[in-house]
Amino acid sequence: MKRIEVLKTYKIYAGGKFPRTESGRYYLALNINGEPIANMCRGSRKDIRNAVVFARRALGAWSGKTAFNRSQILYRIAEVLEGRKSQFIEELILQGMTKSSALKEVESSIDRIVYYAGWCDKYCQIGSSVNPVSSSHFNFSTYEPVGVVGMIAPQDTSLYGLISALMPIIAGGNSCVLLANEKMPLCAVTFAEVLHASDVPGGVVNIITGHISELIKPLATHMDVNAISISNLPELKREIDLYSVDNLKRVRSYDVNWNSKGNQALHYITDFQEIKTTWHPIENIGGATSTY
Amino acid sequence: MSLSPTVDKVGVEERVSRFQKRSIKTSAKMDGLKLVLNMIDLTTLEGKDTPGKVRQMCYKANHLHDSFPGLPSVAAVCVYPSMVKLAKSMVKNSAVKVASVSTAFPSGQAPIDVKISDTKFAVDQGADEIDMVISRGKFLAGEFSFVYDEIAQIKEVCGKSRLKVILETGELATLDNVRKASDLAIHAGADFIKTSTGKIQPAATMQVTYTMLMAIRDYYDETGIMIGMKPAGGISNSKLALHNLVMVKEVLGEEWLTNKWFRFGASSLANDVLMQILKTETGKYQSSDYFTID
Amino acid sequence: MASKNKNWEYAPSLESTEHITLKKRYDLFINGKWVKSASNKYFKSINPNDEKVIAEISHANQRDVNRAIEAARNAYTKVWSKMPANERGKYIYRIARLMQERSRELAVIESLDAGKPIRESRDIDIPLACNHFFYYAGWADKLDYAFPNRQISPLGVAGQIIPWNFPILMAAWKIAPALATGNTVVLKPAETTSLSALKLAEIIQDSGLPEGVVNIITGYGDTGAAIVNHPDVNKIAFTGSTGVGKIIQKSIAGSEKKATLELGGKSANIIFDDAPLDQAVEGIVNGIFFNQGHVCCAGSRLFVQEGISEKVIRKLKHRMKSLVVGNPLDKNTDVGAINSKEQLDIINKYIKIGKKEGAEIHQSACSLPSKGYFCPPTIFTNVAQSSVIVQEEIFGPVLTIQTFRTVDEVIQKANNTPYGLAAGVWTDKGSRIFNLTTKLKAGVVWANTYNKFDPSSPFGGYKESGFGREGGLHGLSAYLKLT
Repeated sequence: MKRIEVLKTYKIYAGGKFPRTESGRYYLALNINGEPIANMCRGSRKDIRNAVVFARRALGAWSGKTAFNRSQILYRIAEVLEGRKSQFIEELILQGMTKSSALKEVESSIDRIVYYAGWCDKYCQIGSSVNPVSSSHFNFSTYEPVGVVGMIAPQDTSLYGLISALMPIIAGGNSCVLLANEKMPLCAVTFAEVLHASDVPGGVVNIITGHISELIKPLATHMDVNAISISNLPELKREIDLYSVDNLKRVRSYDVNWNSKGNQALHYITDFQEIKTTWHPIENIGGATSTY
Repeated sequence: MSLSPTVDKVGVEERVSRFQKRSIKTSAKMDGLKLVLNMIDLTTLEGKDTPGKVRQMCYKANHLHDSFPGLPSVAAVCVYPSMVKLAKSMVKNSAVKVASVSTAFPSGQAPIDVKISDTKFAVDQGADEIDMVISRGKFLAGEFSFVYDEIAQIKEVCGKSRLKVILETGELATLDNVRKASDLAIHAGADFIKTSTGKIQPAATMQVTYTMLMAIRDYYDETGIMIGMKPAGGISNSKLALHNLVMVKEVLGEEWLTNKWFRFGASSLANDVLMQILKTETGKYQSSDYFTID
Repeated sequence: MASKNKNWEYAPSLESTEHITLKKRYDLFINGKWVKSASNKYFKSINPNDEKVIAEISHANQRDVNRAIEAARNAYTKVWSKMPANERGKYIYRIARLMQERSRELAVIESLDAGKPIRESRDIDIPLACNHFFYYAGWADKLDYAFPNRQISPLGVAGQIIPWNFPILMAAWKIAPALATGNTVVLKPAETTSLSALKLAEIIQDSGLPEGVVNIITGYGDTGAAIVNHPDVNKIAFTGSTGVGKIIQKSIAGSEKKATLELGGKSANIIFDDAPLDQAVEGIVNGIFFNQGHVCCAGSRLFVQEGISEKVIRKLKHRMKSLVVGNPLDKNTDVGAINSKEQLDIINKYIKIGKKEGAEIHQSACSLPSKGYFCPPTIFTNVAQSSVIVQEEIFGPVLTIQTFRTVDEVIQKANNTPYGLAAGVWTDKGSRIFNLTTKLKAGVVWANTYNKFDPSSPFGGYKESGFGREGGLHGLSAYLKLT
């Protein structure tokens, strides 16, 4: 007799746990032929609310880690993903990809994670400045994470786009609540398992599956979300801009082909950074030999 | 004694520049200049001082510029102990006081009994005011109680003479030290604190004077007791003197704007103030040829 | 011992107005020329010191806005975007120099029109404005160095709307980086303070800057809205209230217009018991009474460590005695006139609320001029984090004072606001400074100083204080398309 396969239950990822949606609802993820492949959680506004609380709570410790440590954790994500390659390839094939392009997507995703892992302890050096002010003060500007970022995963790819948009956000010390690709959600949930196994503290990344149209409002109007990342969804830009007005969220709307090898860069990190400038007096006016 | 607050030099510079930006014109200038004259301690503290020189200076103290009526006298003449008796005889029957430096001025490098007898001598000779120096070496070595005790002992010898304690801020290196020394001197019994001997540069910069005024302010707030202030050395022109008055007015208040509580230790200041007064009065810029140099 | 029998008061020392020239009526500066507004409407610019009319200002309407933007577009496509960068820079240098040459005139006009003390406009506003042009002029041909690995191009036409608290300085903050990065400009000053911007237009005309590169049009909020909503504007730079900032964000939602917003604040100024206290008191005074408190980054929420609070408040009250409130043109004035009747009403409303909330009020015992709009320096103690006067931006010389015990407590309270523009920290302990400067959610943190500005130093806020930075290297990207 053929062995009965144990099927995977796809759940959401919030606060470092894998709960079902509090709403109890589900929707069907379909393959390219329109056949159902899994029951997905149809997340609700309360799931968003809870996830934002987790993200806010995780922010302090994550942004407070040393940059070197964050870098190691991101590299660890790549390591774990490398080890679970086949699972992602299967899912991508299930969602309609050829084997070779699925392999390419997973490998590129891993490389992209490694790329951003390397940035963690460098972007501040490049973007910071010591400003030569005309008074007796030491003045410098440096980056600080913007805070909790709401991210709508690109809907045109399942894994590569998600990783391309997410990695710069967390490399920069932010926490994130992300809405997975609605039609191709499998990799997002499986990637949550990778994050979970990679020393990324719970709550730093929270992944909600469900209907984008239903979830962007609670996410983009949430007063405790500081920024929004969307890519390749020009039809949603105006709506999200309007939702974001009340607490002046920083909205980053990208029109990019994440699948292109070149689409990885420093500015995807700094787009989710605030610049802080600090002043302090310098005692010796006109050099060490000055007199009072 | 409460701990002295720290002092941020850049912040002090900024505050001082605000005093310097006060614009003193017309009646305020005239009143201020006369006030300055009346706060001057005419000073001669040279090894080559002669009775003749002291005599001339004491005469000038009451006759600043006789051709211009209505001018005040200076506050005091400041001399070495050996000249006190002579000075005293010259300014008797006037408002001008005689101040004497003491305690092995200007270095203060002598044992305490020498300092005491130095002071006693000046007091016995009739000095109204004693300008002592602190032991800067001990202060910088952190021997604060030594410095404190010295001041307290001299204060005792002074009797009714008012004690001015010279910190010699030019040797104290930092404003934090200036503040610490001010607090120490005040608590040890100083009636006045004074910046400098005039022998060391820098002397009475506004930054230093401001820091000392702040110590006086805080002491007054805590105890209700007024302490006097005497910047000495380096204040050679009217503008700088007026800026000092602005500083006293804003930091301490009007009560301090008399020569009972504020003095300028200076020798060349008086003539510049006189020239400014004449300029303000006549509208003409003045020549030093017309002002006596005693 | 002689004693003086009267107080020594500073005699009036008025800055002369002889050397300034003002027209009775100002037109709009469009395409390098002075043109009549299509609206044919004028409004009055009032001197807040004596409530007298200084000049009449044109109220630009939609047609004027269209003309100005068209001029800017033409100048952009035909001249400015084609000009070699170093030549562009030289024009900006020229503007800086011409402003320096006429700095006293600009200072006097600024004080007349805005009510700010001549000491501040002379020593702070005008020099900083000149320096801003000078600083950005040099960037024009060096932009590649600022953005390694990226292609840069200007955005096009920038619509810039500026507030009344630092009229010419804000004009400089806006125009200088826009020009250096190759954009053309339509600028609208605030309705109560148009004059210095119009003087700047004269200077720009004198500089020979190509026609239409900078257009300055005057008017009210409707004029600003017309600029924001105009389809041919590529960039909006706004400094003003958070309320208006949100309206702008709504207007441009979904569009490609890039925005920089410098909005309100309720900044915390934190004094620890080991601070250089007398300098800290100066910092409090500079933090809240500078420019009558009309400062978006004003240190309006004071936090004093419990053990020294009495002492600090005593010192502050004493210091307030020596603040001279009065005629902005008097060189000894420390606190000038409130910019407008409307603003004075707002401030007085908040003072009333503060009293009603049970806070304890102390005001400088200064005599206020009988005419004009004045408010004495005001402090409130016995306030709570939830008091309206602690939460809302007052934009006047009104300070609230709270005490705290621990570092964590004060960080929490300081960050407990929708705003995030600036903060101040006073302590002698270096490690504590860095702890606080890292944890305070604010774009600018002043440690052992307050309210310092410099062209090379980026300025701008977190959260509802806006986004984008102005000044320094970081101020460039707001005016560039980076690919």
